[in-house]
Amino acid sequence: MLDTASPAAKAPATATTPADAPAASAAPRPPLWRREALALALFAFFAVAPAIAQVGAEGYLLSLVIRAMIFAIAALSLDLILGYGALVSFGHAAFVGIGCYAVGILMAHAVPDIFVQLLVTLVASALFAFVTGAISLRTKGVYFIMITLAFGQMVYFLTTSLAPYGGDDGLTLPSRSTVLGTDVLENDTVFYYLVLACLVGVYALLRAIVGSRFGRVLRGTKENAVRMQAIGYDPYRYQLAAYVIAGMIAGLAGFLLANQLEFVSPAFISWQRSGELIIMVVLGGMGTLTGAIVGAMSFLFLEEILARITQDWKLIFGPLLVLVALFARGGILGFFRRAK
Amino acid sequence: MSVILELRNLRKNYGALAVTDDVSLSVEAGELHAVIGPNGAGKTTLIHQISGLAPSDSGAILFDGQDVTHAPMHERVRAGLARSFQITSILPGFSARENVATAVQARSGSSFRFFGDPSRERALDDEAMEALATVGLTARADIVAGQLSHGEKRQLELAIALATRPKLLLLDEPLAGTGREESERVVETLQGLKNRYTIVLIEHDMEAVFALADRVSVLVYGRVIATGAPEVVRADAAVREAYLGEEAA
Repeated sequence: MLDTASPAAKAPATATTPADAPAASAAPRPPLWRREALALALFAFFAVAPAIAQVGAEGYLLSLVIRAMIFAIAALSLDLILGYGALVSFGHAAFVGIGCYAVGILMAHAVPDIFVQLLVTLVASALFAFVTGAISLRTKGVYFIMITLAFGQMVYFLTTSLAPYGGDDGLTLPSRSTVLGTDVLENDTVFYYLVLACLVGVYALLRAIVGSRFGRVLRGTKENAVRMQAIGYDPYRYQLAAYVIAGMIAGLAGFLLANQLEFVSPAFISWQRSGELIIMVVLGGMGTLTGAIVGAMSFLFLEEILARITQDWKLIFGPLLVLVALFARGGILGFFRRAK
Repeated sequence: MSVILELRNLRKNYGALAVTDDVSLSVEAGELHAVIGPNGAGKTTLIHQISGLAPSDSGAILFDGQDVTHAPMHERVRAGLARSFQITSILPGFSARENVATAVQARSGSSFRFFGDPSRERALDDEAMEALATVGLTARADIVAGQLSHGEKRQLELAIALATRPKLLLLDEPLAGTGREESERVVETLQGLKNRYTIVLIEHDMEAVFALADRVSVLVYGRVIATGAPEVVRADAAVREAYLGEEAA
């Protein structure tokens, strides 16, 4: 019953086109290293950056790269729902904040163990994502943006009122998280590679997810939600699951951020931070994953460079973003893809 | 013959306007039942109500022995009620093959699988290719759906609906906007589907309706004014006045 449909029928159709010609789609997939060439190059850069940085102002450059990697993790998680799910969440920094405060509060209660802290981070951000997502996802478009913004601000104001944990001023941590009672993370190189390992792990996980059955439903819902319902899917369930996954990964980013700075503050959670995460994803190129990493790096490096030129660096940064929005649809990645 | 779809006193108002006004209708398993009517008669609204895209104000929809009046669309699809749209509804960024494979995936196994590439699942692909072959799109399987011609998109939408393995197909003006040659191909495809599937067809093209339908219902201002074999409906005085007369004028 299949012989009319599958390989037999496919063969003549492809035989008419020259072998390996760039078809509209679904040509034999290039090998993994070529599909992931850019991501691998970025990871390789991160891997050797500590060696290069030793020449110059080591500590300063390395902490900038660590920061870039941490925000890349947060931007990656946002890209799952924004780029692949078309859900413009304007409260994503709340999850980063939950990760930060999970570390901060546990530290304050003398629970420095990394595994306990990670577990609390992931459970708390998953719960928050589940509850707020279940409500937010009942709305669409601008209303979804507004309601996620509102939930994000809720977390922000909650942390400013946490007087025992520093309130407005934030909370300085006594140390980084401990691993089995040791303080190996105090070593900046060890911490650096822990962050890099998290970044690679998150990237690989998300790459698998967007290419899976689940990812197909998510992408299909972005393309046409009514069509997906009309073939038997309930998009809500898949979007909610994606929202929870994204929230947990952003929580992980918060966990790392708190450890890097040894300081947590409500400032990490304000709606401007959520906006910056959106900018990173859009700047790099939505729905590509690699773009989220490129976007986070570009954003932080540009901020650093421009801030040296002038205090009012946002005056330059703003127009730059406008230019990207106008002339580089698909962000930096899209720009280079077309230039090829 | 057994009744597969039954509408009982179905109503829907938009404000003061009764778009669906006390519609009772039964569709028998295996038949091709056409619903015709002048513009604004409420045909598309009726399809929306049956498929679950628009809620009904009152009345009942019984499908395959189940009351689905209040079931969400995706549940009705899983019960075997598939539809096409008047304005073509596909996944434009997916290849034709993936469009159909996604429909197959919806009813074969869980979609809460986060690992493994579904485009390498032979079972999904084979069924997708089968549905594409039925509508004559085999050679276009790997084209991005958004780049297909209008007629091909309509064919693709049909393949997507077939891939859900429906017990009843609701087709909302499958000939809308197609050229002469394309519409001949669609009619040919529908001929092939007839007798294999129960079909409710909404269509403007009278020639196609009378060539294809086993029974015809005429909808005017939200009311069914006649139901019967094509010849009988064509001869009905009320229908001639309300609809065919207007067409001839």
